[in-house]
Amino acid sequence: MTQTGPFNPQTARRHRVGRVWSALFLGAIIIAIIALGALLYNIIDESFGLAAIENRVDPDSLAIEGVPLEDLSKEQLTEILAAHVSAGLLRRFENDQPFAERDRASVYALVLERVVEPQIQATWSLTDSLFRREQVLTEAAEKYPQAKVEFRSWLTPTFLRMPQSSKPELAGVRTAVLGSLWTIFITIALAFPIGVGAAIYLEEYAADNLVNRIIQTNINNLAGVPSIIYGMLGLAIFVRGLEPLTSGAMLGVVDATTANGRTVLSAGLTLALLILPLLIINAQEAIKAVSNSLREASYGLGATRWQTIWYHVLPNALPGILTGTILAISRAIGETAPLVVVGASAFVALDPSGPFSKFTTLPIQIYQWTTRPQDQYRSLAAAAILVLLVLLLSLNATAVLLRNRYSRSV
Amino acid sequence: MGISLSHTFQPATEHNGCAVEARGLEVHYGPFRAVKDTSIKVEARKITAFIGPSGCGKSTVLRVFNRMNDLIPTARVTGEVLFEGQNIYAPDVDAVEVRRRVGMVFQKPNPFPKSIYENVAWGARINGFRGNMDELVEQTLRHAALWDEVKDKLQQNALALSGGQQQRLCIARAIAIQPDIVLMDEPASALDPIATLRIEELMRTLAEEYTIIVVTHNMQQAARVSDYTAFFMVDEERAGYLVEYGATREIFTNPKDKRTEDYITGRFG
Repeated sequence: MTQTGPFNPQTARRHRVGRVWSALFLGAIIIAIIALGALLYNIIDESFGLAAIENRVDPDSLAIEGVPLEDLSKEQLTEILAAHVSAGLLRRFENDQPFAERDRASVYALVLERVVEPQIQATWSLTDSLFRREQVLTEAAEKYPQAKVEFRSWLTPTFLRMPQSSKPELAGVRTAVLGSLWTIFITIALAFPIGVGAAIYLEEYAADNLVNRIIQTNINNLAGVPSIIYGMLGLAIFVRGLEPLTSGAMLGVVDATTANGRTVLSAGLTLALLILPLLIINAQEAIKAVSNSLREASYGLGATRWQTIWYHVLPNALPGILTGTILAISRAIGETAPLVVVGASAFVALDPSGPFSKFTTLPIQIYQWTTRPQDQYRSLAAAAILVLLVLLLSLNATAVLLRNRYSRSV
Repeated sequence: MGISLSHTFQPATEHNGCAVEARGLEVHYGPFRAVKDTSIKVEARKITAFIGPSGCGKSTVLRVFNRMNDLIPTARVTGEVLFEGQNIYAPDVDAVEVRRRVGMVFQKPNPFPKSIYENVAWGARINGFRGNMDELVEQTLRHAALWDEVKDKLQQNALALSGGQQQRLCIARAIAIQPDIVLMDEPASALDPIATLRIEELMRTLAEEYTIIVVTHNMQQAARVSDYTAFFMVDEERAGYLVEYGATREIFTNPKDKRTEDYITGRFG
């Protein structure tokens, strides 16, 4: 089309510039996808693969009258255990929990751990296991002639069920998962109401004056403070300062002489502090996004400020507030640094039973495992990362479901 | 309809057909004077139209009557607004109670994102309505000429209605709490001509029971629907003020002020 007058539209050039930019944006997305893919590949590669396993005692030799080990009764298993371990060790098991009270699964686990004692000599990555299977098998046969080479998934139901253990073959993430869940529960229970309350105050009540502007600026800045600083704060205030409360000694829940403040409660409080600014800012944005015409309609009918907030502002802001909460949970569940400072235990074999328990969390557990030199722990860490990802995704899914339900009903 | 609500206002004694009166009204937004020295007596059970060019403060004056300007932190109202003999800006008067008696309909239809039923019932409920709610909702919707269109879908979300229906629902919502005065801020400006016509018809019926003050940019609408017209102008400092106020027929056929004449004949504005 011919252009007339004092115009030089340069349409072709303008379109070209647009195409260059869109290609750049596409490139950014592709890089992001590649990075994410590489991460997932790495984790999955470590979580599954061939492993050379050597048993101290061949389980087949433990079969009684042709009945394989895994089908034996509790009594038979107890006998096997008694025959293979020292009397002192047996007494210790009895002291932990009398055999009469143990169920079959618990005795079976003991037999596996103490008698069969499977030991993983080497592991191979999933890629090697699939594409270099022959080489791996010959290599294993040369180096570990006694070992049985089998395909092993590190992410198994047993891995989820078992507590932490010093033997990588038997170690699981149950204590860490429960620790994470307890911590997150306390964090959300504290941070959600406080955060939303603060956001309502700042958006709906606070006058635009110097004090409130300083508060607002501080909240924005706190959202960017490195999390380890919050760990220091938690250590000083919750673990040390409020020790009688956070250890449970004040409430008489635990023995005052052994009580210390390094508990689930301290961790929950610290993480609550950490995500509070995020929650407040997100909730404020959500409240701001509620259209003013809705507020005017409410006031115009003779509603008080509180009625307007409760019946109109909050229900309409809730989807946005829940989205903010999703982000905050994701942040909190992945936090490691502040919990290390607050005193997450490196090795906890007992499930946390309440807010005053010693604890560990999944990220801490992963961190512990990755610092070990043996290959097996690397695979454990990879499997634990998968568990963490699934936990994170299911928590987020819950929040998304909640959000969708609320946004439909308002 | 037999509703008794406690309120701080004196019972109507002598207001000679005047529903609300502003005396020496000035409105400031921070340092900016938006409305200067305006006095006006609004007749009861009539429709009064506020017309004038954009930015002349007519919406601001409208919002003075139910203390809607209180919601703007920087707004400051001076002068007196007498409703049933009492200044609604006196320190002991609660704006919440004023708004129960002086309802409002906004420019853009803004029903609550709830059911149609709940839109009408909510205002009554929070104001302590003790009668039969179903009856109130039906009566109000009939009043607002909306009943036949929505009677089968009272539980549906109000946002599913058309724009015109939404605005009539907003009017229903406003009259459900049985106010004395209904303020309308350009109620039809977001609607098509047919929906506009229906709103105007509705205003005429409602004027039998309620005092209506309507801000409009549409001169024909003011001429068609109102009994009285107030013409506002804006001075060099952008402060709005009342130029002329009288019976609509007078204003449109025989304006006393040259500026009014210029405006309604379309010579400026």
